[in-house]
Amino acid sequence: MSIKFSEDHEWIQSQEDDLVIIGITDFAQEQLGDLVYVELPEVGDECSRGENISVIESVKAASDLVAPVSGTIIEVNSRLEDEPELVTEDSMGDGWFIKVKLSSPEELDDLMEESAYNSFIEE
Amino acid sequence: MSKDKQIRTTPLYQMHLDAGAKMVPFAGYEMPVSYPLGIKKEHNHTREKAGLFDVSHMGQIRLVGANAKKALESLVPVDIIDLPLMKLRYALFTNKSGGVMDDLMVTNLGDEELFLVVNAGCKNADFDHLQSTIGDDCKIEFLKDAALLALQGPSSYKVLSEIMPSINEMTFMTAKKVAINGIECLITRSGYTGEDGFEISLPAKDSEELAKLLLSNKEVEWVGLGARDSLRLEAGLSLYGHELDTNHSPVESSLSWALSKIRRAGGEREGNYLGSETIMNHLDEGSETKVVGLQPEGRMPVRDGATIEDELGNKVGKVTSGGFGPSINRPIAIARLQKSYIENNSKLFAIVRDKKIAVEIVSLPFVKQNYYRG
Repeated sequence: MSIKFSEDHEWIQSQEDDLVIIGITDFAQEQLGDLVYVELPEVGDECSRGENISVIESVKAASDLVAPVSGTIIEVNSRLEDEPELVTEDSMGDGWFIKVKLSSPEELDDLMEESAYNSFIEE
Repeated sequence: MSKDKQIRTTPLYQMHLDAGAKMVPFAGYEMPVSYPLGIKKEHNHTREKAGLFDVSHMGQIRLVGANAKKALESLVPVDIIDLPLMKLRYALFTNKSGGVMDDLMVTNLGDEELFLVVNAGCKNADFDHLQSTIGDDCKIEFLKDAALLALQGPSSYKVLSEIMPSINEMTFMTAKKVAINGIECLITRSGYTGEDGFEISLPAKDSEELAKLLLSNKEVEWVGLGARDSLRLEAGLSLYGHELDTNHSPVESSLSWALSKIRRAGGEREGNYLGSETIMNHLDEGSETKVVGLQPEGRMPVRDGATIEDELGNKVGKVTSGGFGPSINRPIAIARLQKSYIENNSKLFAIVRDKKIAVEIVSLPFVKQNYYRG
C-alpha cells in the first residue's frame, strides 16, 4: 500500500482495486487548529480532481478539502460528524475523510511521494 | 515595496515568538493568533483560570486640559463630564449621520485628564478625528511608548493581587494607578471576555518584565487573538467592523444601553454630538434593524457574512459575527436583522454554502458575564 501527498496537504493511500483513502496531513491539521466541524460529501457522489468536496471548520475559519483525484465516493468517515477532533488527534488514522474509487488511476502519478511532500512543506 | 516594512510589532513580539505563537497580520501589527495550547484550550483556560493577552496594538490616547471632558462629550453620546474620578465608561465615536466610527473605553484620570483605549484598526482615524474636531480645546496625545496587557478570567484577581495587593478595593469599571517593582501601571478592572479581569497599561520597556511575572503564576497562560474573538462572541460583546460600523447608529446596533440618559432627549445635556439628531430619532421612533444573538441548529458554524432568510426566502439580515463557542460547545452567531422579523418571531435560516441552517433568535450573552461589582 503506497501513500502519496497532494499540494493541498492531503494524504492518499492506495488500497486494492483502484480504491484510495484520503485524509489531511498532520501539517494541515496543525495549521487549521482545533477543528469543530467537518462537512462530508455523500456516498455515491462523483468528484473530479480540484473540486471542493468537503469543508473543514476550525474555531477560526472554514477551509475546503479539494479532491486530489477523480472518482466516486464509496465511503465517508461519518465519525467525524460528531468527533471532528479525531482529525486533530490522529490525522493519518482515525481522522481519515473519504474512500474513493478512482476513475483515472493515472492521476496518482501526479502526486508527491512522502520525501517530496516533506520538502514541499519546508519551503 | 515590501509589505513587511509597514507591519508593526508590539513590545512583546519576541516573547510571543519564544512562546511558540502563531503570528498573523492584524490591524497593521504582527500579532499572536494562538499559542501551542490552541484556540480552544486558550479559550477554556481563560474561562476557568486566567489568560494573559497582549493588546498593545490598541490605541491608548490621553486628553489633557481643563476643557477635555466637555470637548470629548461633543463626539460621543455618553456622559463624560460626570464620569467619576478613576471610573471607566464605554463610549462610541459617532459621525454626522449617526453611524459609529469606533467604540472605546474612557477613564477619568483627574480633573483635566482622560485616558482612552480605542481599536487598533481605527486608532489613526480616531486620532485625526479628535485632532480636527477638539484639537483646539485640549491636548491630544498617543501613548506611543505604552504597552497594554489584559489579564482575564476568574483567577485574575488572585493572580494580580499577589503582586499588587492594593487592587483589592477595585470593582468592575474602575481604575487605579499602581507601582510594582518600580513599574508605573494604570490598572482598570475591565476586559473583553465577559470574565472578571484587568487591563494594565504600562511603559513598553517594562512590559516584558510584568508579563513574565504574571506568567510565572501557574494559573496564567498566554491567550491569542483567536480565543479573544471566541470569548467576546460568547460574551455577546460587539466588535467594531462587525456589529458596529459607520452605516448604522448605536440604536440600530442594539447599543442603546450605552447612550447616557443625560445626553438623550429631555436630558440636561441632550444631543450636541455628531449625528445626535439621527440617533435621538432612532431612540424615539425605533430603528429598522437590530443586532441579536442567533443559535444555529446542529453543529455547523454559521460565520460572518452569511445571509439570513425567512421561510419564503426573503432576505432579512446578515450574520455580523459567527463561529464556535468552545465553552458551550456549539456554534453561535450575532446578526443584524430587520426588526419586523425579530418581532414576528419568524422562522429564520442562515444560508451556508447553499444550505439552509435553521437559526433561533436568542438573547445575548451566550455565556453569563462574571464581572466583579463588589
